[in-house]
Amino acid sequence: MPTMNMIQALNSAMDVMLGRDPDVLIFGEDVGFFGGVFRATEGLQKKYGLERCFDTPIAEGGLIGVAVGMGAYGLRPVVEIQFADYIYPAYDQIVSEVARLRYRSAGQFTAPMTIRTPYGGGIFGGQTHSQSIEALFTHVAGLTVVAPSNPHDAKGLLISAIECDDPVLFLEPKRIYNGPFEGYPDRPVTPWSKHPASETPEGYYTIPLSQARCARAGSAVTVLAYGTMVHVALAAAQESGVDAEVIDLRTLWPVDIEAITASVKKTGRCVIVHEATRTSGFGAELSALVQERCFYHLEAPIDRVAGWDTPYPHAFEWEYFPGPARVAAALKRTVEA
Amino acid sequence: MTSTRSSTPRLKANALSLRIPEPKARPGEMLDFGNLRLSEAGAVERPPIDAEARELRDLAFALVRVLDDGGRAVGPWAPALKPAVLKGALEAMMLTRAFDDRMYRAQRQGKTSFYMKCRGEEAVAVGAALALNRDDMGFPTYRQQGLLIARGYPIIEMMDQVLSNVRDPLKGRQLPVLYSSREFGVFSISGNLGTQFSQAVGWAMASAFKGDTRIAAAWIGDGSTAEGDFHHALTFASVYRAPAVLNVVNNQWAISSFHGIAGDADAPFASRAIGYGLPALRVDGNDLLAVYAATAWAVERARSNLGATLIEHVTYRAEGHSTSDDPSQYRPAEEAAGWPLGDPIARLKRHMIVLGEWSDDEHAAQEKQLIETVRAAGKEAESHGTLSTGSRPSVATMFEDVFKVAPWHLREQRQQLGV
Repeated sequence: MPTMNMIQALNSAMDVMLGRDPDVLIFGEDVGFFGGVFRATEGLQKKYGLERCFDTPIAEGGLIGVAVGMGAYGLRPVVEIQFADYIYPAYDQIVSEVARLRYRSAGQFTAPMTIRTPYGGGIFGGQTHSQSIEALFTHVAGLTVVAPSNPHDAKGLLISAIECDDPVLFLEPKRIYNGPFEGYPDRPVTPWSKHPASETPEGYYTIPLSQARCARAGSAVTVLAYGTMVHVALAAAQESGVDAEVIDLRTLWPVDIEAITASVKKTGRCVIVHEATRTSGFGAELSALVQERCFYHLEAPIDRVAGWDTPYPHAFEWEYFPGPARVAAALKRTVEA
Repeated sequence: MTSTRSSTPRLKANALSLRIPEPKARPGEMLDFGNLRLSEAGAVERPPIDAEARELRDLAFALVRVLDDGGRAVGPWAPALKPAVLKGALEAMMLTRAFDDRMYRAQRQGKTSFYMKCRGEEAVAVGAALALNRDDMGFPTYRQQGLLIARGYPIIEMMDQVLSNVRDPLKGRQLPVLYSSREFGVFSISGNLGTQFSQAVGWAMASAFKGDTRIAAAWIGDGSTAEGDFHHALTFASVYRAPAVLNVVNNQWAISSFHGIAGDADAPFASRAIGYGLPALRVDGNDLLAVYAATAWAVERARSNLGATLIEHVTYRAEGHSTSDDPSQYRPAEEAAGWPLGDPIARLKRHMIVLGEWSDDEHAAQEKQLIETVRAAGKEAESHGTLSTGSRPSVATMFEDVFKVAPWHLREQRQQLGV
């Protein structure tokens, strides 16, 4: 089986779907001839033609609005928001239109689109190229929110997202586009090709939405993570010697509640890890769900490791980023509580 | 526009001052339509549909009018519509007005929460419906109920929606008047204002992408042209040459803010198109023949793959913004009656009488019959229930259609509610 990095896997998913479904088309800022600033759509315009993969004006609200109309017509647009930080001009279209169209029209119209966007920090992107936006969208009724952590999942999940009849926000952890990242900026980047999850079939396959994956089996504590933080959590478990069970959520919402509760009931402890700011972050929802469903199995308070409640600070990237030391400390705190 | 007398003392000789646009007349003041740019009926040229947008700039500042004060259709825009078609259009406008009157009263009687009339603006939607094909997709805002009525959507279903009763096709999920009918080519109306404009362009782009022949039409209010969605729509329509007819319904008022606050103090809304390289028409929106002729021109242009046209319909919102509004608080009570472009139904009626195709008696009989039709439909719709009494859709349906298949959390919440 070939190995792919995240970018190649995402590109392959779009390639497969452009080939399979004539109603799939791709657009966004710089995605056409150039192939996207992260190269995720490289070669697709050349292979499928201008109309299937094209550039748009710098107007996120406009391109999502246009995608709503295309979805209502019957197409399956796959749009790229160049950085998650740029999605806010489209917030009204996503929240009031994309997410609610099926509901408010009683199923007459739907907007089955996939919104791909790179999110998260670790690349010295400063405030406007580093944010984790998931909680602003998991809060919205009608949206499915996905965040893969490796190439194999990324491709299978993206195909599922494109085939989904509901709109999907597909969050791509940009720090791990080219290689897994355990949270040590000083260490050399390891390429995906050395990671087992880079084995990615060339053709069509799917990873079901709303299904978590156990990234590491363990018995001492459950770690709930997604995206880049899955790798950080695995490193923290390794280094702390805590026998953590790391659950890679893969789909944030609707979340795989059974996988979460089964694991926490087994371990009796739970640490939630995300890059996004802590207050009202998605970890708060996860914590509430675990408390509501696993309270009598819990032997320690649920802990959250998250970005600080500040804007993403350029020069303090590694003080802000919840790296393995902070995660390991939380693991120890929780198992010793 | 009167300029505001500043309350801030000006200490410097060269002190700057801020303009806050104000309408010419407020309650209790003399009517003044001096800022309304008018052209004589028949005076504006009708260019070929394949004219370059840059050759058409003057049309954004003129006013396409067909019906003159004597009720005659004059000039190059006068369409050759058969009497039966005119009668159908008149009936659709009259039915829309009768429908509005009935539903307004239903709201006042507590049968629903909210209603919005389109009195005075009936020609804007009905004239466009005449020029569009039945399978072209409309993306209206909340004051184009005439589009549904002209396309033959059953008024009982509209009433069921307004009353949020058990037959409401939208299952009690939407505010009254925010209709949706895929079957009749009317896109789900949003209360967010403006969002439909870029969506219509997307639909039109999809139609072109698929090599279809259908086009899209969208409507937006003068107030909402200030939203980004309006400019997104024009940008994308221009870049991708989307087959769409983009309508600005300039009814002079956005709730209590006059059109100058939306930004037409120095340039009419139609002229926004010029910077995008799109053709624009500024049209007498109370003249059904002008609305039809302008829309037909834009439709033919779009269907010929020549792209989108922006049409500003100059009309007047003769009633309050909604049942929650009292326009006597902010504009002269006589302004609607004094509107220089008159009433669209009265003007078409007069034209048909001039043609010898209609009479006052026939008109009165028609009006009586339509009021009776609406009354009968109203009784039937109310027998299906109202928001305050009788049957509503099953509460369990509240949890459906959030997703195609309800996930665990919605199933759980439905159980918690016990439905």
